[in-house]
Amino acid sequence: MKWLSKTYVAAVMLFLYAPIGVLIFFSFNESKSRANFTGFTLDWYQKLFSNEMILQSLLNTLIVALVSSVIATVLGTMAAVGVNSLRKGPKALVMNLNNLPIVNPEIVTGVSLMLLFVMFKELMGRVGMNFEFGFTTLILAHVSFSVPYVLLNVLPKLRQMDIFVYEAALDLGCSPSQAFFRVVLPEIMPGILAGFLMALTYSIDDFVISYFVSGPTSQTLPITIYSMTRRKVSPEINALSTIIFAVVLLVLLLVNFHGARQERLQRRKGGAAA
Amino acid sequence: MRNTHIDLMTAVMSGRCEDLGSLFRFSGKKLLMLAMALLMLMLLAVPAAAEGEAASLVEDPDYYARFQGQNITLSVYNWGEYIADGSDGESIDVNGLFEEVSGIKVLYNTFATNEELYAKLKSGGAGYDVIVPSDYMVARMIGEKMLAPLDRDNIPNIRHLDEQYVYTDFDPEGAYSVPYTWGTVGIIYNTQYVDAEEVTTWDILWNERYMGDILMFSNPRDCVSIALKRLGYSMNTTDEKEIREAFETLKDQKALVQAYVMDEIYDKMEGEEAALAPYYAGDAITMMDENPNLAFSVPEEGTNRFIDSLCIPVASKQKGAAEAYINFLCEPEISLGNIDYIGYSTPSLAAMELMDEETSNDPVRYPPQEILDKTEAFIYLPAETNQLLDRLWTELLSNDQQFSRWTIPVFLLVAILFSIGLNLYRSFKKKRGNVS
Amino acid sequence: MKSKYSALPYYVWMALFTIAPLILVLVFAFTDNNGAFTIENISQVGEYTNVLVRSVWLAAVATVICLLIAYPLAYIMSRLGPSKQRTMVMLIMLPMWMNFLLRTYAWMTILENNGLLNRFFGLFGVGPFDMINTQGAVVLGMVYNYLPFMILPLYTIMVKIDNRVIEAAQDLGASPLKVASSVVLPLSVPGISTGITMVFVPAVSTFIISRMLGGGGNLLIGDLIDLQFLGNAYNPHLGSAISLVLMVIILLCMSVMNQFGEEEEREGMLI
Repeated sequence: MKWLSKTYVAAVMLFLYAPIGVLIFFSFNESKSRANFTGFTLDWYQKLFSNEMILQSLLNTLIVALVSSVIATVLGTMAAVGVNSLRKGPKALVMNLNNLPIVNPEIVTGVSLMLLFVMFKELMGRVGMNFEFGFTTLILAHVSFSVPYVLLNVLPKLRQMDIFVYEAALDLGCSPSQAFFRVVLPEIMPGILAGFLMALTYSIDDFVISYFVSGPTSQTLPITIYSMTRRKVSPEINALSTIIFAVVLLVLLLVNFHGARQERLQRRKGGAAA
Repeated sequence: MRNTHIDLMTAVMSGRCEDLGSLFRFSGKKLLMLAMALLMLMLLAVPAAAEGEAASLVEDPDYYARFQGQNITLSVYNWGEYIADGSDGESIDVNGLFEEVSGIKVLYNTFATNEELYAKLKSGGAGYDVIVPSDYMVARMIGEKMLAPLDRDNIPNIRHLDEQYVYTDFDPEGAYSVPYTWGTVGIIYNTQYVDAEEVTTWDILWNERYMGDILMFSNPRDCVSIALKRLGYSMNTTDEKEIREAFETLKDQKALVQAYVMDEIYDKMEGEEAALAPYYAGDAITMMDENPNLAFSVPEEGTNRFIDSLCIPVASKQKGAAEAYINFLCEPEISLGNIDYIGYSTPSLAAMELMDEETSNDPVRYPPQEILDKTEAFIYLPAETNQLLDRLWTELLSNDQQFSRWTIPVFLLVAILFSIGLNLYRSFKKKRGNVS
Repeated sequence: MKSKYSALPYYVWMALFTIAPLILVLVFAFTDNNGAFTIENISQVGEYTNVLVRSVWLAAVATVICLLIAYPLAYIMSRLGPSKQRTMVMLIMLPMWMNFLLRTYAWMTILENNGLLNRFFGLFGVGPFDMINTQGAVVLGMVYNYLPFMILPLYTIMVKIDNRVIEAAQDLGASPLKVASSVVLPLSVPGISTGITMVFVPAVSTFIISRMLGGGGNLLIGDLIDLQFLGNAYNPHLGSAISLVLMVIILLCMSVMNQFGEEEEREGMLI
């Protein structure tokens, strides 16, 4: 039984990692061929780092991700506070509305936002103002699809919170805003942080929605990758995959290592208490 | 919509993030610094262009120098693989040279088909300053008032161009477009798998012997024009019956076609993934350079001769800079270096004079008159015909005979299995309900 | 606590950027180029029934395959020690963090006629097989991209199943098969239905996978929509009508899946 399950896990892992392994392997290939390994080289990495288009789109991706996830986090946290104090009926309505962008297919969200921005552009054009697809539309769209996740992450933390702590703070002479920033906010911080990171990762990774709402000035990395795969393909794309994989691996290893250490610390603490 | 799913989904997706969050608390500052360092590195990594080279390649450097220091950005929307960018280490970097000589920053993006370009402009999303539609699309865009009239005084280099490409059927006064390149459509094939004598007719694309080894154009106009020509009709027909007939033959052909492609063709032909495909002569030259087994031939029925033109969309905010860019592309030295890389034929007489004889006598690039006589240029089609083409094109791609054969039975099977599973589940639940 | 008005910006935002765009899709679906009401677009979608059927079918096949692969794996994972579980979850998530375009591109290089897999088969003297540009390749791409979305919810649910429940069943003489079908399966139903939703919804609406692995001749709903908005057959009205149909399909799927979740919940209350 044991070896059977081990083989099974190994087989699935092979399925998940073989393609990535192939990508990485051929990033060191001297020739452009995707099937013949002719010799080792680091040229593609060098080319990648002098490819202005890729660097520019990486920068765009980071800017859009940071700005949109900050806005989404603020908006979502404020929303969570408000929604938490709603009665059951309206709350259910709001939550259903909130789920809409999550279950809606990305492509529909993308084209619907595109229609909205086009209409807005026409309206602006009529009053003689200028509105172009670019960073603004991209950030608006990214905020829209990540706000729901922030709300979903913050709301449970608010629900778990002891309401009396807040009231105690008020009784002790805090103003409502003081009480919020000093008492409530630290309590729900893990939820906010999780929501922020989720918004950030979704934004960095998003292709479908960005594809419909980006303009010439705001090509993000996924869009650049897409146009690379539609042309004569250069192993630069393999080099890029390798770097992304390495960064992700590093971050996850750090998280894993850190998590394990914290667990051990906690266990030790628990042991000492007992 | 109920919330259990959403909660579970969020739990799954945020699981990875909560862990990450703990990392942030642990070393938020360090991570921030790392991010900053990365950003700095990226900014530093942007390469600086070689100084002084550009000015020697243009005739009147002052014309471009007046844009220096104005901090202008120009959005150029061109076909994929359609400009020399210096990436192979030999060619010139056209955009880089232009940035150097004028100080205008070029934002360069690519599209794959005329129809894609049209959709992108029509949907209003795009703020492009220079675009490169082909003849028939220029006509359509002029007709729909999407192009800005050019100020010829700002493009003095038009004088270097062959007049037959400047004053054309689709733009008789040359008021909206400046020719960038021209060329013919033919068949690129692999001599190892295809007999050269067979490639004299479009019929070969319908030959069952090459089933699964044929690639076709992934855009309606190029695709249907081949079918029309094969049937002996005009490529510009507006007769609905002829067009429908052509699409019927394309449907028959679909079983033989491995894939509908545009620039994906480079990898597929060079890597010998497919044996033959119709494509543009200029790109065929590039492919033949990479793989010596490839050859190019223009079928005897005649073919399409196209002109790709530089135009400025009516919404452009940088018309002056856009005209400077167009003028720059018409500089003899620049068009020579550019054309050498992309492989297409140049409308520039001045560049032709600078060219070595081997290139200017190449029958693929500059075909002999008897081939040119049999070519047909695309012209403007009325809106109804365009709509018909779009509609039949979607139908062609969605049509699939192989599919309908086995769908229905399998679907029924799945439905039956599903209902059995549901019943089992229900009966199990009932049992369990009784126990409790 | 703080007043409910703090959610006001959020309501405005949702109204502007979620509700309004969807209403626009609705409006576009029922109007023509001149803005007059028409049902022509919706009826035209009927011409593409085979595309709809193909999309639903391929997505369903991919979902079933994902479930079959993921279920045993999630179970095995959930019975491991805590540190091993952590590592496994990380290993499953790692590919998810890579852009899906790159992951799909990787399969392109593997499945090609002269690709690695055919070379591998060539070593044994079989093949080459036509793998790229087929519907099988599209299904493979879907399975590969969305497998983690099936594994993780299943694992999240299964890890909550107490080992003692399983041991109790075993002690009472249940065969491993009986344990699986009578104990683990019913307890993991919420995970299954969430997993199915998380795989089916993106799979049925994808347009990249079919373009990169399917050769462009086997359109899916997503391709059809893209074709009308930014592709070769510009017609946003028809595109909106198809989007509307896609949304209906998704809602249908969700409601079926919710049925399972609800029954499970009622059952839970019974006990």
